[in-house]
Amino acid sequence: MAERIMVRAKGTDARADGLLRTLKTLFPRTKLRSVALADAYTIDAALSSAELAWIARSLTNPVIEESSTRTLAPKAFSYCIEIGFLPGVTDNVGNTARETIEDVLGRKMKAEEGVYSSRLLFLSGALSEDAVGRMARELHNPLIERATVISAADVKRRGIPIVVPKVKLHAAGRADEVNLEVDDAKLMQIGKEGVANADGSRRGPLALSLKALKIIRDHFRRKGRNPTDIELESLAQTWSEHCKHTIFADPLDDVQEGIYRRYIKGATQKIRKQKGKKDFCISVFTDNSGGIAFDDKYLVTHKVETHNSPSALDPFGGAITGIVGVNRDALGFGLGAKPIANVYGFCVGDPAGKDTFFRDKALTQPLLPARRILEGVIKGINAGGNQSGIPTPLGFVAVDPRYRGKPLVFAGTVGFLPRKNKNKKLWEKKARAGDYIVMVGGRVGLDGIHGATFSSESLSSGSPATAVQIGDPITQKKLSDAIIREARDKELYTSITDNGAGGLSCSVAEMAKECGLPGQGGCIVELDKVPVKYPGLAPWQIWISESQERMTLAVPKQKWPQFKKLFESRGVEATHIGMFTKKPTCVVRFAGKVVMDMNMSFLHDGRPIESQKSTPVQRAYPEPAPKARSENVAKSLLELLSRPNIASTAFIAEQYDYEVQGTSVTKPLQGRGRVNADAGVLQPLPDSKRGIVLSQGYCPWYSDIDTYTMAAAAVDTAVRNAIAAGASRDYLAILDNFCWSTSNTPERLYELKRSAEALHDVAVAYGTPLISGKDSMFNDFRGFTATGEPIHIAAPPTLLVSALGVIPDVGRAVTLDLKNAGDFLYLIGETNDELGASEYFTMLSERPNNDGHRKSIIGAHVPMVNVRRSAKAYDAISKAIAKGLIASAFPVGRGGLGVVLAKTAIAGQLGIKANLSKLKGNAKQPDGILFSESQGRMILSVRPEHRRAFESLMRGVACTCIGEVTSKPVLAVVVGGKNIRVPVSALTKAYRKTFKNW
Amino acid sequence: MSPRTYNLKSRTLRKSKPRALIFSGYGLNCEEETKAAFEMAGAAADIIHINDLIAKPALFKQYQIAAFPGGFSYGDDTGSGKAYANRVKRHFGDALDTFLARDTLMIGICNGFQILTSAGILPGALVANDCARYLTRWVDLKVTSNSPWLTGISTLSLPIAHGEGKYFATKDMLAKLKRTGDVALTYVKGETAKHFNLPANPNGAMENIAGITGYKGRVLGMMPHPERAVRFTQLPHWTYLAQGMKKLPAEGPGIALFKNAVRYFA
Repeated sequence: MAERIMVRAKGTDARADGLLRTLKTLFPRTKLRSVALADAYTIDAALSSAELAWIARSLTNPVIEESSTRTLAPKAFSYCIEIGFLPGVTDNVGNTARETIEDVLGRKMKAEEGVYSSRLLFLSGALSEDAVGRMARELHNPLIERATVISAADVKRRGIPIVVPKVKLHAAGRADEVNLEVDDAKLMQIGKEGVANADGSRRGPLALSLKALKIIRDHFRRKGRNPTDIELESLAQTWSEHCKHTIFADPLDDVQEGIYRRYIKGATQKIRKQKGKKDFCISVFTDNSGGIAFDDKYLVTHKVETHNSPSALDPFGGAITGIVGVNRDALGFGLGAKPIANVYGFCVGDPAGKDTFFRDKALTQPLLPARRILEGVIKGINAGGNQSGIPTPLGFVAVDPRYRGKPLVFAGTVGFLPRKNKNKKLWEKKARAGDYIVMVGGRVGLDGIHGATFSSESLSSGSPATAVQIGDPITQKKLSDAIIREARDKELYTSITDNGAGGLSCSVAEMAKECGLPGQGGCIVELDKVPVKYPGLAPWQIWISESQERMTLAVPKQKWPQFKKLFESRGVEATHIGMFTKKPTCVVRFAGKVVMDMNMSFLHDGRPIESQKSTPVQRAYPEPAPKARSENVAKSLLELLSRPNIASTAFIAEQYDYEVQGTSVTKPLQGRGRVNADAGVLQPLPDSKRGIVLSQGYCPWYSDIDTYTMAAAAVDTAVRNAIAAGASRDYLAILDNFCWSTSNTPERLYELKRSAEALHDVAVAYGTPLISGKDSMFNDFRGFTATGEPIHIAAPPTLLVSALGVIPDVGRAVTLDLKNAGDFLYLIGETNDELGASEYFTMLSERPNNDGHRKSIIGAHVPMVNVRRSAKAYDAISKAIAKGLIASAFPVGRGGLGVVLAKTAIAGQLGIKANLSKLKGNAKQPDGILFSESQGRMILSVRPEHRRAFESLMRGVACTCIGEVTSKPVLAVVVGGKNIRVPVSALTKAYRKTFKNW
Repeated sequence: MSPRTYNLKSRTLRKSKPRALIFSGYGLNCEEETKAAFEMAGAAADIIHINDLIAKPALFKQYQIAAFPGGFSYGDDTGSGKAYANRVKRHFGDALDTFLARDTLMIGICNGFQILTSAGILPGALVANDCARYLTRWVDLKVTSNSPWLTGISTLSLPIAHGEGKYFATKDMLAKLKRTGDVALTYVKGETAKHFNLPANPNGAMENIAGITGYKGRVLGMMPHPERAVRFTQLPHWTYLAQGMKKLPAEGPGIALFKNAVRYFA
């Protein structure tokens, strides 16, 4: 019988007050007066009343809380909302309560017993049931949660019903044969909608093309049988765009080797050769992260992932799973790197936007509002990073209406590991035939089924809800500690990899390739041994489930007892589920039967190679008319500072712990005015001054005009941001993340090819090798507007470049805030008339024109990167920083020079007196000079005593002394004959306005 | 200093080094930097998983200092520090009592402070910040106790990072804390709060309390993180302070607490 314990605060509850504020913001005219909260724990187990009382006490802090097995409602309220998870959704609070109960009882609870958490909100005020229903909808996500509204009268009469969200599966736990001897239309249906269940429903997308399905059919014809469902699902996972990166791998036009091999890997090969003895790359493109040398004892790794499709459905779950998932790319590098920093990036629709879209024609499945998506993903990174004890020193928010359909959620993790343990290289791994296949961490459920194939498709009403998962950072933390601190250095395993996309099917088959020469190596897996969250899973589900917090290891037979004992003592489940073999087949058994028997070479290399063709596209946009361009540039500057692409997102930076691990050197918010930084510096070792510089670069807006320029600017921005913080080009690596849309069209493929060329060209010119990358090719939403019109929202071609640099002395790191009145201000680089797709022209284009319409008049001249000149300037800056000549450095990015002058003044809470009339470059009009986004530029401040030494270092570099720092807090600029004067207080206010109440 | 003399010195130091036990497991996460801070101050420190102590409570006997470091034990689920404190009380409450009965020192930092209050070792509780959100920033503290941990310190600046850091105590508890001089650290508008123009009290803590002591000052619980402020380049405004300096100072304000702990056993 199930029991419920309720716990509530005895005094005020800040969480309840927070909810009241949220609801009043969402429903400004509501009659809601107050909110009271209670946490509920539903325990589905047979307990004595003494045991129950004991449990209640252990779940209650008597100083501040009280608890009861009866309903703890306030004296007066109008409605109660109970919010709990749907069956099978990860319930971290419930799991912790279960562990506490087991501690209290001194025994393990039985598998069929359960503990579930829920939350009760008691609302008071003159509210209608309808209004409360609307509030409930805002407070829960129906894909993962249930919300029940009960009136006070009903609570009094019948109480609040106890709900036990236990999973009950009726599916037969067996493998089915899938008949592929059918016509093309039926084959295509299998590819698109999945294998049919007995009741005719479909299991969700396999994302297999007709061509692929025919290859599979022919393969099994030769074997004289049809494939089983698990075999087909396994092939779909392994061959998916998500896992095999088919678009980057397959021939495109004359690029026979594919754009990955030619442009990305190709660039790194050239750079490493050029660098010769100075090459710092150690393990690139082969492992879960890219690894470079930190010093002669340590390596530093980096990997950035996206988690876009899941974040569109459940932003919190999508983002937390994204960050905790990419942590495993550090843990899964070599024999395990310790995650030492997380980075994030959110590309979203305008959070103030009110437009609604639906996934289905009947308009019953609305997309979450843009604001809730941003709030959710922020919270997800918060929970994942903070709870894991990994600092988050860097991130960004980018806003564009075309991110409204599917947000882009970037999550990256930097790892750190010793090069060697005794004589064993820790960055290499090799499973051996005879090693046990061991799964550690969480259990397997239906979560994340079809994650890999789902993200290879666009978001529509058929998108599977089971693709949503919620990360459990604490389970992973326990697992991570056991690996990094103990098992790795005791040499208890020979190989390790993450269970990410495709789950066991991908991790086991990947590792099997290690145990033998190419074409050798296989595995035998006993699926019955895999621990499951609930009974009744079919073998194909266990095999491809993406349930989180799991890793697969190869453990030598004689080490297994020690391994198992260690993990048990750390509260981490470790299970021996099979063995790696010499024979090159992947054999999976379930309930005494072989349900999968597949040749490894067919599994890995059997997929069809597509010959892709691209079609050139040229886009031209007009320049805005002279009269549309701003007369009042000061006003435009204030407006720009409040735009979400530029405004302060301090509320995000400060809710992430950037100080944990004690490595923080420069903070995400810098200077007295706490301005968001574009780079972060860390000192990973307590006894070495050596540091790591992290930065990011992205310019998706330029894709409207030209994707080559977009990608070139993204690389230049990342490099420039790192240089400004103290990095130098000779010790800087970069990572690429392509997020595209409609990638099967020849136009988009052309844009992709051009951007890959730019990535190659700029990386080679700067000598910054690419060490890791990832792509997400279908960021499309196909649905309906509020009036039922079909709509396709495609994310603009987006390349995120992340930079990772190493510096010899963190004491030389530079922050972006002005430091002293009297310092000289310099602009490095040329200011050209390059306002195409700039924030300023975008802002102008959004204003209603004379005819009352908004037009895409975003300009023609997009900022070009001059690699030769910029490289020279960056090297001179690096030298000046190394000599301690620079007081502050602010890279010029979105919004241009005007915005950067304002931000550096806000950061220092000091004034600026500058003359911008004689800058290098061809920008002449005041707004052009102030808001052009020409690349390669930086604002530096230099103490008077360093002036001469600085200027002599800058010989041959476009460098203009534009003025000085003043103690009077006013930005005073002469530009094109205009005098602009804006108090720093007004700039500060504008900069902080947009997200002030978030 | 030549390597030879250094070796000699470190050998003599090791002989008299006090030993610090740092708890780990179930989501605690600041144990490595806490260990580094103790070692920097001259202690010998070991990180020990709570389950190893459960298996062998006698381990306690080898240590003079015990630290519950910061972190997110059990993800703060069911309330910060609660589940870890339950585990401590249930499995080795007696060993802990014996440890505290000796002339030992104990510190609980952030989640460690939450564990100490939940376990009843220190009075009061830590509840959700007034802003109802996790917050990372630096705070300035005034020392108002003569705990051995705080000897010779009058004010210092340290970082905080927490979601449930608002100190709460009943009237009686508070009166007693004041009477025994156990209100140890209070938030004040000092150097960093003035520099960044931030309010002194980051979370709404009762009477600006950031840390309290018990057991005659030997047990200190505090929300701010001294172990994250042991180097000059960890300060939030060090690049500003560094202007015009020929050489940067090496240490940060937090190291003083760890040095005090070592000195206590000298």
